[in-house]
Amino acid sequence: MGVRAQRRLGQLITYLLLFLGVGIVIAPFWYMVTTSFKPQTLVFEMPPPLWPQPATLDNYTAALGKDRFGLYFLNSLIVAVTSTGLTVLVSSLLAYAFARLEFPGREALFYVLLLGMMIPPVMLIIPQFIIAKSLNLLNSLQGLIVVYVTMNLSMQTFLLRGFFEGIPRDLEEAALIDGGSRWTIFWRIILPLSRPGLAVVTIFTFLYSWDEFPWAHVAMKEASRRTLPIAIALFQSEHLTEWGQVFAASIVALIPVVIVFVVFQRHFIRGIASTGLKG
Amino acid sequence: MSRPRSLPQLARAALFILPGLLLFATFIVGPMLYSFHMSFFDWRIVRPETSVWEGWQNYADALNDPIFRRAVFNTLLYTAVTVPGQIVFGLLLAVLLDQRIRGRAFFRVVYYLPVITSWVIVSLLFEYMFIGQGGWINYLLRDVLHVVRENIRWLADTTLVFVPIHLLGIWKGVGWTAIILLAGLQAIPEHLHEAAAVDGAGRLARFRHITIPLLRPTLVFLLVVLTIGGLNAYISFLLMTNGGDPLDQAHSVLTLMYEATFTKIDFGYGSAISYLLTAFVFVISVVQIRLLRQRVEA
Repeated sequence: MGVRAQRRLGQLITYLLLFLGVGIVIAPFWYMVTTSFKPQTLVFEMPPPLWPQPATLDNYTAALGKDRFGLYFLNSLIVAVTSTGLTVLVSSLLAYAFARLEFPGREALFYVLLLGMMIPPVMLIIPQFIIAKSLNLLNSLQGLIVVYVTMNLSMQTFLLRGFFEGIPRDLEEAALIDGGSRWTIFWRIILPLSRPGLAVVTIFTFLYSWDEFPWAHVAMKEASRRTLPIAIALFQSEHLTEWGQVFAASIVALIPVVIVFVVFQRHFIRGIASTGLKG
Repeated sequence: MSRPRSLPQLARAALFILPGLLLFATFIVGPMLYSFHMSFFDWRIVRPETSVWEGWQNYADALNDPIFRRAVFNTLLYTAVTVPGQIVFGLLLAVLLDQRIRGRAFFRVVYYLPVITSWVIVSLLFEYMFIGQGGWINYLLRDVLHVVRENIRWLADTTLVFVPIHLLGIWKGVGWTAIILLAGLQAIPEHLHEAAAVDGAGRLARFRHITIPLLRPTLVFLLVVLTIGGLNAYISFLLMTNGGDPLDQAHSVLTLMYEATFTKIDFGYGSAISYLLTAFVFVISVVQIRLLRQRVEA
């Protein structure tokens, strides 16, 4: 076999394997999508059709009209957007202090902060519950937000510190000579120059806050304060066999995530590859 | 170090560090210490001041409890299956994506889809696929592939329930693992491969003697992160086993912790379980990081 033919064959196998993988990844999603368009009588129809006959939107109207779904969506949106904004703000302030300011105890503090990356988040849930209770933060969106911001702080500060350190010092020194304070430098020079880094932080925090389950599961007992992951999990346990509706709700919850991901795909991949952030 | 300067320095830095520090102290450091404290008590959640000091009793109770031991076993098994699974398939995928191919962006988006989908949704999805009567997997095995005669009751059996849970763990994680490994592969200088090829090394030999050794730091990193993730498995266990059913035999350590704390309202016992897990995670991390350092010094 010639070198050329061998290369052709190699490519063929590569594509074959890649598409096999695509099939394995997509099949469950496809099953979910088709089920969401099936009437209830057909959710266990075998073999599963490539596209349901008849297809119906009933599951969507039923699931979205039921159980205050719009409210849950809004809760999730408020929590995710606010957590993301605050995380970007608080962690970039911290990161700038660690990257550029001189103050006693800086190194020690940084290592304590890094420790936050090693703690399994779920182990904190019990005492966080007690603290949130004493601060009156249970059953409130604020209670989710402060915890989400804190849980993201270590990782995002670490990431942004690296970013800020890569910005040439000359720019800041020139501004300092002109009488600018550290505060104005931070807002006028550092932040505008760090857009790619801030984008990575934004995407990760948004996805985290949108998908988070364990803490919300513990902190939100009042029905009207649920976020989407909680609402969907509880919906399934209450309506055991209504899979069409479960997946209709899931797909609506999944849409923002997919949009954010596809739009920011490049930043996303670069961010993961360079920092090892867990998506 | 000029001492008189440090106070103004601190004042100027305060604006930047205080918000983060306050949150970190309130919701991470504080809780950690508080939880440690609770783990030594028969903790009374309604009137904490009446809690009774028990020393290491909660820890001893956990270690002697067959349900806890079973949960530890389940969690270790999950880690032992899903970590190598994710690394092997992730490496295969990364090598494929590293070829000269068209549509790399498309493949990346598709393979990353399970990673960005919430655990809640994919857990429910796998539960639906593995339902005993009318599930798609049973249909595939029985009517298409003819490898089984009867429907398998995946979700009702204390052993079989781990099949969907483990498969989900691998399926959801491979995309992330592959992206990290792909970055590692692309950092390997091209000329090393070319030089080896000139010396007559075949593809397999190059993979073994160049790719794998140079990828080792990435592999160790993945091993650490995935192991921590595996030991913290929670949502898929919770949803697919209905919180440890049947007979509390299908718990992960964290679903058991959740049940002890929030269903049985035993906060001291729950805290002890969470500390046992954390201690274990720390030991594993230190050992694995040691391995990494050894390799750098060698």
